[in-house]
Amino acid sequence: MSFETVLPYLIVLGKCVFAVAFVMQIVPLLIWGERKGAAYIQDRPGPNRADIMGIRAGGLVHTLNDVVKLVMKEDIVPQHVEKFYWALAPVIAMTVALVTFIVVPFGDTFMGVPLKVSDIDGGLLFVLAMTSLGVYGIMLAGWASNNKFSLLGGLRASAQMVSYELAMGLSAVVIFLGSGSLSLSVIAEQQALPLELGFISIPAFNWNVFSVPGAIAFILFWVAAFAETNRTPFDLPEGEAELVGGYHTEYSSLRFALFFMAEYANMIVASAVTATLFFGGYNVPFLNGETIRANADTLVALIGFGAVPVLLFFSALAWKRRNRPFYRAIAVDDIRHREPKFWTATWLGLAVVHAGVGVLGLSGIIGANGPTGIGPDTVAFVLQLTALALKVLLGCWIMIWVRWTLPRFRYDQLMNLGWRVMLPVALVNVFVAAVWIIVKESLFA
Amino acid sequence: MTEAVLFYLFSLVAIVAGFSVVLARNPIASALSLVVCFFFLAADYVLLDAHFVAVIQILVYAGAIMVLFIFVIMLLNLRHDAPVPILELSRRGLVGMLIAGVLGTGLITALEALPVSAPAALPDGYGKVASVGTSIFSGAYLLPFEVVSVLLTVALVGAVVLAKREI
Repeated sequence: MSFETVLPYLIVLGKCVFAVAFVMQIVPLLIWGERKGAAYIQDRPGPNRADIMGIRAGGLVHTLNDVVKLVMKEDIVPQHVEKFYWALAPVIAMTVALVTFIVVPFGDTFMGVPLKVSDIDGGLLFVLAMTSLGVYGIMLAGWASNNKFSLLGGLRASAQMVSYELAMGLSAVVIFLGSGSLSLSVIAEQQALPLELGFISIPAFNWNVFSVPGAIAFILFWVAAFAETNRTPFDLPEGEAELVGGYHTEYSSLRFALFFMAEYANMIVASAVTATLFFGGYNVPFLNGETIRANADTLVALIGFGAVPVLLFFSALAWKRRNRPFYRAIAVDDIRHREPKFWTATWLGLAVVHAGVGVLGLSGIIGANGPTGIGPDTVAFVLQLTALALKVLLGCWIMIWVRWTLPRFRYDQLMNLGWRVMLPVALVNVFVAAVWIIVKESLFA
Repeated sequence: MTEAVLFYLFSLVAIVAGFSVVLARNPIASALSLVVCFFFLAADYVLLDAHFVAVIQILVYAGAIMVLFIFVIMLLNLRHDAPVPILELSRRGLVGMLIAGVLGTGLITALEALPVSAPAALPDGYGKVASVGTSIFSGAYLLPFEVVSVLLTVALVGAVVLAKREI
């Protein structure tokens, strides 16, 4: 077999690996973010003690510590569980979470290769189908654990997810009324068009959230995404105050880790889908793919040098955290004083790196082969991937923020919100969107 | 060639899962086998270029209807403490077999009577969301589609009326 025959398969394989790696690389970051976020919201320093040979990396080593802990723990299989289904449940939870990401585009093209694993025609339906399958993992875990708390957790999860799926699907109807396609890559491409405001046209900013029905749909979709990922205030299936641990009470070691990672993978996928549907997906605001490729050098120089003051500002913020009451309370020679210094140094280092990138842009070697060469394509790829990653991380941060701010719903409140508020609003919103599209077409066409 | 291999593979799994639905003693195992069966049927639909039907199959049957089935099984907490005898030939079983035999013969005769034509190339976009939508909403299927929607609404209202004693 020659290289040319194997190449397409290699490309597909590479994209699959990339998509899984993208999700799996953010998971440990999010676990760290969740802890530090909780700590910042409650004005405490958060995890900062785990270290490898004195290196603590601002608490990042804690996540590594968690992994080692979970791997080394004994894998307890209780006597009373239904073994096969009990073992199957965490696998389903994790698989479903990862598979959903394959329809999310993470860039336009790179050297002619479209940057999405699979461009399924009914991409949005695929996302909804996979989220609806996610409930099996939790339900099976609850049932197979053969104990009343787990069973209650499983029942709550299935009722909750079936209820909110409707609102989620109906709010997404608005998007495909507007775009005329269910494919996430088509939806993302359309958002690279200029935003027409009648008297002014903003390039590459035609995000779906910038319309009345789009904004309502976004709020509904985002709330439903919380419910589908079982995050607070919708985490009744876990409900540690009343259900011990809910569906994962009987799980330990890596089986528990699978459920734990699946939750974060679900958050990432939910954020990525929301970003793609409402916030332009991989599109960089004001810059569509062509603009980026044509002005690769200028952009790299601008972004490289432009990032330096921002990073210096972050560095100053990190330095200022030394004055928090906590740091003044601990002994002067305590090793925990290093953490603000570590972050100051990290941001400073990033500033230096960006200045270097800026110099690279000034040198003009990136676009030397014209706007279709590997240089401009790489710039476009990096910028678009960064745009998607930033949108995803922002979404995940909002989920963390909400978790540490809002208390849990009561079960009847949850059902009322889903069926009596969100479903009717979503239905009305579909009509609003239809009217909106007709009015817009008759006004601007 | 690949398509044929995949077709037989998917169909085999679907049939095995189908048998498992009837033969499994554990109700949850039955329900899950049905989910597996739906999955591989969906895979067969994809091979037939019916992408929309495949996704809807998973979304509606595997994702919603079977979840409700399992929900009910879990609520009733049916376990295999009292296993249902499988091969007890009762009168009911015999009648069932008879009906199944008659239906099966009818189906096979009908299939054999179908005219066999050479495979034709599919039109562009066949089985995609857009073409399915066009044929439902602007073709001959508009009236049946709307009638079915009314039927579903009636069933929904009926279920609510039955479940709620006082409205």
